[in-house]
Amino acid sequence: MRVGKGDRALGKHRLTRSELADPALEPEGDPREGDSSPDSAANRYPAYGFSRRRFLAYAVAAPVLTVVVTAVDDIVGPRSRPAAASPGVSGVFDLSDALTLAALPTAYLLKIVVTADDRVIVHVPRAEVGQGITTAMAVIAAEELDARLESVDAVLDDARPELLWNQLTGGSNSVHSLYTPMRTVAAATRARLVTAAAQRFGVAATTLTTRDSTVVARDGRTATYGSLSAAAARVTVPAVPGTPKDPSQFTRIGQPTTRLDARDIVTGKAMYALDLPNLAVPTVVARAPTIGGTVLAVDDSAARGMPGVLGIARISSGVAVAATTFDQAQAARDALRITWNPGPNANLSDAQIRAKLKAAAPPFVVPPLGSLSVSREFDFSFAPHAPLEVLTCVADVRRDSAEIWYGAKSPIVAAQQIAAVVGLPSDKVTLHVVRAGGSFGHRLFFDPAIEAAQVSKALGRPVKLMWTRNDDMRHGRMRPASHHKVRATYLLGKVLTYEHRHATLPVDFSHGLGEALSAAGFDVLSPGVTQTVFALTQNVPYNFGVATQTLTDVPLAFPTGSWRSIYSGQTATVNEVMVDEIARALNTDPVAFRGRSLSSARTRAVLDQVTTAGRWGRTMPPGTAQGVAIHEEYKSVVAYLVEIDCRDRTAPRVTKGVCAVDVGRAVNPRGLEAQMQGVLTDGLSMTLHAGLHIDNGAVREGSYSDYRFARMADSPVDISVIVMPPTGDPGGAGELGFPAAAAAVANAYARATGTTPFSFPILG
Amino acid sequence: MPTFTFMLNGATASVTTAPDEPLLWVLRDVLGVTGPKYGCGVGVCKACTSHLDGAAFNPCITPVSECAGRAVTTIEGLANGATLHPVQQAWIDEDVAQCGFCQPGQIMAAAALLAANPNPTDAEIDAIDNVCRCGTYFRIRRAIHRAAG
Repeated sequence: MRVGKGDRALGKHRLTRSELADPALEPEGDPREGDSSPDSAANRYPAYGFSRRRFLAYAVAAPVLTVVVTAVDDIVGPRSRPAAASPGVSGVFDLSDALTLAALPTAYLLKIVVTADDRVIVHVPRAEVGQGITTAMAVIAAEELDARLESVDAVLDDARPELLWNQLTGGSNSVHSLYTPMRTVAAATRARLVTAAAQRFGVAATTLTTRDSTVVARDGRTATYGSLSAAAARVTVPAVPGTPKDPSQFTRIGQPTTRLDARDIVTGKAMYALDLPNLAVPTVVARAPTIGGTVLAVDDSAARGMPGVLGIARISSGVAVAATTFDQAQAARDALRITWNPGPNANLSDAQIRAKLKAAAPPFVVPPLGSLSVSREFDFSFAPHAPLEVLTCVADVRRDSAEIWYGAKSPIVAAQQIAAVVGLPSDKVTLHVVRAGGSFGHRLFFDPAIEAAQVSKALGRPVKLMWTRNDDMRHGRMRPASHHKVRATYLLGKVLTYEHRHATLPVDFSHGLGEALSAAGFDVLSPGVTQTVFALTQNVPYNFGVATQTLTDVPLAFPTGSWRSIYSGQTATVNEVMVDEIARALNTDPVAFRGRSLSSARTRAVLDQVTTAGRWGRTMPPGTAQGVAIHEEYKSVVAYLVEIDCRDRTAPRVTKGVCAVDVGRAVNPRGLEAQMQGVLTDGLSMTLHAGLHIDNGAVREGSYSDYRFARMADSPVDISVIVMPPTGDPGGAGELGFPAAAAAVANAYARATGTTPFSFPILG
Repeated sequence: MPTFTFMLNGATASVTTAPDEPLLWVLRDVLGVTGPKYGCGVGVCKACTSHLDGAAFNPCITPVSECAGRAVTTIEGLANGATLHPVQQAWIDEDVAQCGFCQPGQIMAAAALLAANPNPTDAEIDAIDNVCRCGTYFRIRRAIHRAAG
């Protein structure tokens, strides 16, 4: 699958002639090139020229072998405005494609360094918030390098403005977008190591093999990668092609792999932002009682005299207090006497918000035509991301530069905005991306980093700023509440039309996603970025005749953000509950109905897996039942079957989960299983008992005591995950399972109780 | 301010601080022991779970004065040198962690449970109330059964 040798659109990378002759520059590129499988983006959306996307690897001058990979899109054509932003095409060209496309014409994506002491350092422009991206990247690199996995270190890049939009961790896109470039750069690295060994041994490079970070000659001589690195750095023309393996040769990719950082985590060595050794001082912020409230007046005379207090600073979001310990900082914060202006929603509570959302959802346009119909309405409450590590940031702002440590999923935009806030040129702000304790979408935003920079500047010292759990619950970003009107019309057992009206607050995409979509050629200005994202992500994966889904934004001033699976967490969850409702109206088994209505064989296959493995339809006691649901997104499909025990209506418990997942190719099935298990916990929490309440513009819940995210006692004892065999390249996984897991629980609840839930969480 | 002395992971630690300073912040901000995590500050999420004289407790709601003369063990002190505690090893073998933030507390809770009850039932494991926002409960349960061996 080589591209034509005449392609030399490499000028911006300033390659030398010798490098141009590098076989690594005859890139194998994207193995999907020429892919004739029905699902390939090239086939499904040929106008986008995906077949011409290629990745080029080349060495950079360094004492040890350092190879980078960059993307070339010499004729990719979507700079003209693609029509894909129109509704209803997400099955064709979706958010994964858009983010991958946005990432193309940038500086090098990935870098591999082989050190003299035999380590392979893989630099990854992404965040690690628990999804195992770093382990997956190390697995891919080890595969193509034939390196020992234990010798591979995956490190997170600092903010790299030259990457433009390709340093955004979101949309379950990381493995999907980095799989091919990582293979390309690792294979090119191996080619140079083999060439250096051939020169040392005085044999033809083609006679050499590699294994366990070692080059092996036919006569038994060996050389470790570390011992070859300096010589390999001087190789100008590799003597063997840097060709990624045929997947049939994989020995690492596809094997269950334990996380590389497992030992660090279980010994307490894994460091998050607040654990970093430095001189930064503990800092908290006094915040308004209501969302968006502002400081009218502050009397800090009592607080200033409190033990350990090091400084007090008024910032945009409240009043910050720095002290020797966090306990002292919180005590002094509580001693501040602040008069607050109420926030913009001081007259709004849940009932009014729900009424506004309900009123905003537009009426249906298709008349029933004498056909029968099923019409339902659904509500979702607000939901916090509530990562276990609260939002934290270390900031050291000096007169002429700043250094920031934050678990950023959009570090470039974060660094730019910090620079603007503290009045520095953006190239004077260094942002280190640190490991973070969960995100679920929250760390796309960087409010605490802005605050920490403001406080550091005001106090003239480095600070480590922490949002308390109350801050996180009551002032953090939320998945917005939503209202859904859905109607299906049917005749003779067949769905003729399907309409879904999704009304919600505008999801804030100001973390750079909108700019990324613009860079990919999408007109996000006229429909608005929320409409563009909705169109790119929402798809009805059934043959339901004319299916339309619309998004209505209701502009209320709450801090919103995308929450695991963005709109799908509500839209697709509703659709899967509706599928059961339609099946009920048709007096049909919901699995049989899905089987004959699903539009793709992949989705039917995962449904078959869970219903067989989970013994769909088995006899169960009254008050208990099974439920199923599917989801298709990120080039992947998933199905869940769950069993629920609702004999105590006040404490329903999911007792069993069976999941089948097809991500195209699982780089690390063990990590994939973990995502599918964890997202079931997420799904049952959000469906059954985890949500927020708004009282007069303030969030009622303050911690995990009243925000009822699942505990061990809520978690099924029995979960099995079936990973489908590889069919192509990897799709996304991190958010994939959520809608199906949430809906399967809702469907099981409906079957166990005889009452379909229309308001989530069910237990209020 | 008074000085409090206690055993911390097998060594003597002395701090001069207010008696009501929660041990969590003494550990993290004064002694630089960062394994116990802050997740709520009110004893609900239990991310800071450690051992006081061998029993699970939450340093975020325990004043330092209550620890004087007693033995505090954090995640850093659970292993025997380079030899991991069986619960830590089980956590690796089951590949429990996702983001990892709650896991020091989960491991300390599990180790305390197994010390008191070497072969807990699923219902007894359900009593562990530590929050894992990544939802790793299924693997935690398996790791506890594995460590119970």
